[in-house]
Order: sequence, then C-alpha cells, then structure tokens
Amino acid sequence: MEYFIQQLANGLTLGSIYGLVAIGYTMVYGIIGMINFAHGDIFMLGGFAALIVFLILTTFFAGIPVALALLLMLIIAMLMTGLWNWTIERIAYRPLRGSFRLAPLITAIGMSIVLSNFIQVTQGPRNKPIPPLVTDVYHIGNITISLKQILIVVITSILLFAFWYIVNKTPLGRAQRATEQDRKMAALLGVDVDRTISITFIMGAALAAVAGTMYLMYYGVASFNDGFIPGVKAFTAAVLGGIGSLPGAVLGGLLIGLIESLWSAYFSIAYKDVATFAILAIVLIFKPTGILGRPEVEKV
Amino acid sequence: MATGTTTMTNDTILKVEHLSMKFGGLMAINDCSFEAKRGEITALIGPNGAGKTTVFNCITGFYKPTMGMLTLKRSNGKEFLLERLRDFEINKVAGVSRTFQNIRLFSGLTVLENLLVAQHNVLMKASGFTVLGLLGLPAYKTAAREAIEKAQYWLEKADLIDRADDPAGDLSYGAQRRLEIARAMCTGPELLCLDEPAAGLNPKESLTLNTLLRGIRDEGTSLLLIEHDMSVVMEISDHVVVLEYGQKISDGTPDHVKNDPKVIAAYLGVEDEEVEEIEEQLDHATVEGGTV
Repeated sequence: MEYFIQQLANGLTLGSIYGLVAIGYTMVYGIIGMINFAHGDIFMLGGFAALIVFLILTTFFAGIPVALALLLMLIIAMLMTGLWNWTIERIAYRPLRGSFRLAPLITAIGMSIVLSNFIQVTQGPRNKPIPPLVTDVYHIGNITISLKQILIVVITSILLFAFWYIVNKTPLGRAQRATEQDRKMAALLGVDVDRTISITFIMGAALAAVAGTMYLMYYGVASFNDGFIPGVKAFTAAVLGGIGSLPGAVLGGLLIGLIESLWSAYFSIAYKDVATFAILAIVLIFKPTGILGRPEVEKV
Repeated sequence: MATGTTTMTNDTILKVEHLSMKFGGLMAINDCSFEAKRGEITALIGPNGAGKTTVFNCITGFYKPTMGMLTLKRSNGKEFLLERLRDFEINKVAGVSRTFQNIRLFSGLTVLENLLVAQHNVLMKASGFTVLGLLGLPAYKTAAREAIEKAQYWLEKADLIDRADDPAGDLSYGAQRRLEIARAMCTGPELLCLDEPAAGLNPKESLTLNTLLRGIRDEGTSLLLIEHDMSVVMEISDHVVVLEYGQKISDGTPDHVKNDPKVIAAYLGVEDEEVEEIEEQLDHATVEGGTV
C-alpha cells in the first residue's frame, strides 16, 4: 500500500509537468485547429532558459536564496520562451494561416527540428547537469515525498487556477473562446484575432517554460532532445483528455504520469512508453474524441 | 443618444462609389453606387443573386472589392475608406457592425458572454490588457459593470433577459436572430448592417423585429438592411436601393421604388422582351435588366 502511494505521488508530479505542456497543445489546437509539434521543443527551450539563468545566478550572485533563484528562473524562462513562441507563430505559422491544413503542420515539424538542432549546435549535444536545488525530503511512515515534488504540484495547481480564471472570466479569455468558435465573426465584432492568437501562443509557451523549469529541477539534467519524448507524451495527454479541452489536457497529463510510474513500479520500466501509448490507442478506439472532448459539431 | 441637428440627420454616413466585385469571370457587382443617410433605415433589395450580400461583404471587409470606394463618415467627421481597413478595424475604428443571413452566434458561449465579446475593446483597454484586470483594479471593475449594464439594456430590448446565462445555441431561431442584433449593437456601431433579419421569422416575430429596428434607428444608429420581406421593407425603411444582376436599377423612397416599372419587372420576372418594351416606353437608352 505504501509502495502504491509512493508511486502515486511520483506519478502526480510527472503528470503535472505533462499536463502543463499539454495545455499548450490543446489551446493552440482549439484556437487555430493546428497541432503545434514544435511545442515540445518550446518546453525544452524553457528548461534551457532556466538552466542558463541558474548558471548566471550561481556564477555572479553566489549565495542568492534558493527561492529567489527559482522565482527568477521561472519568470525569465517564461518571458524568453513566450518571445520564442511568439516569433515562431509570427514568422512560420501566420503566413500559412488559411492555406491547406497540412502546411502549418509540416512547418511545425520543421520548426521542431530547427529548435532542437539550434540548441544542439549552440549548447552542445551533451546532457547538462545542474546541482540539486531543493533537497528537503519528508517522511510520512515509509513514504518519502520530496519538497520539489510538493513544489511542482503546488505551482502547477496555482498556474492552472490562474489559467482557468483567465480563460473563463476575463475579456481576453472570452475573446479566445470566441475566436476559437468563429474567427471571422470575432473579427467583425472588433476582436483583433491575430493578436489574440499570438497571446495564446505566448500563454502556452509560458506554461511550457514552467514545465521545462520543473523538469530540469526534478531530473537535474537538460538535453537538446528533451523536447521529443516528453513533447510526444504531452501531446498524447492532450489527445487522451480530448484535444481542445483544457481540463482534458490536465486530466490526460495526470493519467499519463500515473500510468507511467505505476507501470514502471509494478511491471517493466522498459515498457512504460508502450503501456502509455497502448492505453491511448484503447481510449481512442472506444472514445475517439478523448475523455473530455466534445464531438466536433458540424458547422452549418 | 439624442438625434443630431437637421444637417447631421441628412448627412451621408456611407457612400458606395463605383463598386465592382468580380469572382473569376463572374461580375457579381458591376459599377454600383449609392448612399446611406445618417439616422435612416436604408434597405437594399433585389431578386436572389442580385449581389446584395456581396455588397455587404465588401462593406464589412469580407471581400476586397475589385474596384470602387466605400467611404464611411463618422459622426465626429472622420472619414474612413472601408476597403483599406483590416477586418477587425471595420468595427473597432469605423464603427460598422453586421449580422448574417445564416446566424453566426458563438453558440458555445452564454447569451451574456456573446454580448460581452462585442464589448471586447472597451473591456480590454479598461483591464490594462488583462494584467491590471487580474489585479482587481477599480477602473476595470467599473468598466466590467458598465459592460454588463449595456448588455442588460440590449437583452431587455431584445426580450432575452431571462435567457442571459443559457448557451446561445439553445435559443430558438427567432431569439437567436434578436440576439445577433443585440450583439451587433453592443459594439456601439454607427452603422448597423443587417442581412435578412426577418428571414424565417413568423409574422408576430417579424412585428417585434420592426419595433426593435425602429427603436435602434431612433436612438441614432443608421441601418442598412437586406430584406426579402416586402412588408418589412416598405414599412420601416426610409430609403430603398434596388439591385439586379449586380447593378442598381432603382433608388428612392419606398413609394417611388414600389411604382418603378423596372423594379416591378425585376420582381415579377417578366420576359426579356417585355422589359425592353417597358424600357422603350420609358424612353431609356440602355438596357440593364434581364440580359447578361
């Protein structure tokens, strides 16, 4: 039982990270109907931005409090990554809006390759380790929960709430939902659709940056190809939860995280990805729109 | 809003000059010119396929016209060339709003949210592009309350106040039409373009609509409407423009247009020869209707 709870905690931590990245996939899909395959690499860029900030801080401001360092890493990573994603949308996706559906998809795959290669060339191909930032652990019976796990879950929850609030309660969120439903009509009501889409990309990237920072903190390494496997898993999470649905993305992320850690704990760690994708396939067979996805209503 | 001085009421709000729209080889609108006056209801009528909706699409930025000028003059005297504005600026800057023949509500949003999206620019500015709004600044709270009050005002006018929190897609057809008009009005337009607002309405709903439209005009918004229902057109419009095959064939008061033989010919769909006959009788030099 304790072993199970332990794995549950690990799964939730991992799932939070996937969930944050999955939101970026799902929002962009919702608003422009395109799968941004470069989003996984945006997540990787977020991790690298945090790493660089960390190195600068420890080199020039040695002895800085850990909490402040973490906060700065998060904020700067969010800003940098938001800028990256804004630029990508502006130069690579916007000119293709309105062309056939596959064009932006292929471009996104291209952007993904460009980003990971850019980091490989400029930062080197080796894994970049960082010393553990947060080392406290708590013991409850035989269960060990580390402070960083708690931090990850807490930060994720706060961000999800903030995000939910923005999308559901603010004029910006209303404009995003209106743009999602009928882009042209939103424009005719005075909503600057291009700007709304740009903001969506920036928001998605900011969440990915937080996920990237936490991934770096959790595993202690960053690598140029970190965007691929976690990116695909987060995409899977978005599809599993129902692409286009925000709660679905979080639910999907948590499920994938749990499946992965429970499978690794009770069966073979080598087959954890097989288990994840097998469950995705099964869910999609019985519920093609994902767990919380709405069936696409035909527009008349 | 009080109605302006006599010179203002007789002012032109929209001037369409030599508008042409070509789709491949098809001339959907051919050198069409007309004016809409401030504070009036101008109706655009004509048989199916006459190009009425195309004119609307040019005015509201859906299409870039092949040729011609669309000048909009706001009450503060500023003039805008609609064909040069970006899609969202037609509403935001020029103050033109429209509805569609086939209803285009945000069906997943609630009725109230539909009206709030229409006030996006005001709210966005007041909320300091969301950042200040998240901090709960009083200026934003005031703006948000005003936006809801404005929405309430139009909900009452459109008789939808009880449905404010229902998804827009759940409303009946007639109610959706009224909501579309209310939403267009929430953007605070100076010119409201309505594409067949009475289509599919029963006589009672049609009557409510007439009252709503007259109310809008009396509050100072000019209207341009496409309509098939002659009872609506003749009853509420101050000025009628008739199109056929992309060209203007008549222009004037409802009574003038009603008795224009060209209009009668176009509507009754008489043979080409008969049109020619009538035209000869009228001593017109050119033949416009009937032949392409």
